[in-house]
Amino acid sequence: MAQVRKVKVPLWDEVLRELRAGEELLLEGVMYVARDAAHRRMFEALEQGLPLPFDIRGAAVYYMGPSPAREGSVIGSAGPTTSGRMDAYAPLMIARGLRTMIGKGPRAKEVRDAMVQYGAVYLGAVGGAGALISRSIRKSRVIAYEELGAEAVRQLEVADFPCVVINDIYGGDLYEAGKSRYRLES
Amino acid sequence: MREIALDAVTETVARLFEQACYHLPEDVLLALRNAREAEVSPPARVALDKILQNVAIAGRERVPLCQDTGFSIVWLELGQEVCLTGGDLCTAVNAGVRRGYADGYLRKSVVKGPFSSRVNTGDNTPADIWVDVVPGNELKITVMPKGSGSENMSRLVVLPPARGRQSIVDFVVNCVDEAGANPCPPLVVGVGIGGTTEKTMMLAKKALLRRVGVPNPDSEDAGLERDILAGVNRLGIGAMGYGGRITALAVHIETFPCHIASLPLAVNLQCWCHRWAEAVL
Repeated sequence: MAQVRKVKVPLWDEVLRELRAGEELLLEGVMYVARDAAHRRMFEALEQGLPLPFDIRGAAVYYMGPSPAREGSVIGSAGPTTSGRMDAYAPLMIARGLRTMIGKGPRAKEVRDAMVQYGAVYLGAVGGAGALISRSIRKSRVIAYEELGAEAVRQLEVADFPCVVINDIYGGDLYEAGKSRYRLES
Repeated sequence: MREIALDAVTETVARLFEQACYHLPEDVLLALRNAREAEVSPPARVALDKILQNVAIAGRERVPLCQDTGFSIVWLELGQEVCLTGGDLCTAVNAGVRRGYADGYLRKSVVKGPFSSRVNTGDNTPADIWVDVVPGNELKITVMPKGSGSENMSRLVVLPPARGRQSIVDFVVNCVDEAGANPCPPLVVGVGIGGTTEKTMMLAKKALLRRVGVPNPDSEDAGLERDILAGVNRLGIGAMGYGGRITALAVHIETFPCHIASLPLAVNLQCWCHRWAEAVL
């Protein structure tokens, strides 16, 4: 079995250019967590010219809302949520510098177009594998919108965070390629 | 009459939600292992390996299988010779949800003001509670923490009866195709056929409660299950949508008579993380 490639997050241009749809990765470094409610607030902030809770330039954002951590644990179950709900916000965030999105499920054409235009990638984590993924999260800290509870913005430090490239910067799409490869005409 | 204290209902509901969120039913686990063996697509096999690792970690460490511990659905089969004591039933069930989600470190995922404020209720209540009165002196409690990744992909249609069997196959297969990677395949596909619109939706949901791999006892219904499953597994979606031959573990159909002018059809998709638990008091 081939060794799975380890890469540092945030991902920078040199690495972004090398990634191809379908490639398995293990991420190490820093990512931010935000889902529905936090995206709505960040989007409004961007539209009003207000600062975001973190520097979005080059950043990696994980679409996730964890279950509560037990005493002594870094975080609870921490798998991806459906990314499509963030599609309305993603093109503007990519235009402002977002370069890595992590979630599950297909993205809208506008998002895929923005990824190609600005050189951003979309990575898939295994949906429902929240217990497994939680093991790769070494630190978790709420940095904004604490009142949103599970939907607050967090900064994570991760190591060996498992994912696969869904959309690369060249328009490659694992969902489309995988489906067309294994589809059987009836 | 047999008395059942509502405190026992509260405690049972609490423990069932914890159990459901940490431990996958054996039949689901077996179906996932079989899918791993049968799957030929390398990325889908990797996804299934991670899913199986996740199941082991969650059970061992009592971490929820999935962080989306769902909207709380509770079905009660209440024997008509049972007398419930010490309060009222729905309050007791909601108290159980509150306790289970707090004790079990389960995520509270319910908001009120669905189209406006969307403020979290803080304890995952209110539960979606259904009571059937049945013969006997027992109370059967079935819980399902239903995640929205799959629930959001559910569909309801009333078909013209003249379009018949093939239109059912086409609608369900298309529903799974459109859902793609979103509902976290490999899926269990619940299908309701007949009844009224609300009845068929419930048939689809309750079809999920059959053990995975057990066909409908009616041979016509079982044949339709096989045809839909074959159609779904030709789609190529595969585990997590990474491409593969196993898009669904099973299709479960439940039917009910319907109006002469109607053919209601409901599809309720369930993710691989098919969590439910039940107990009898």
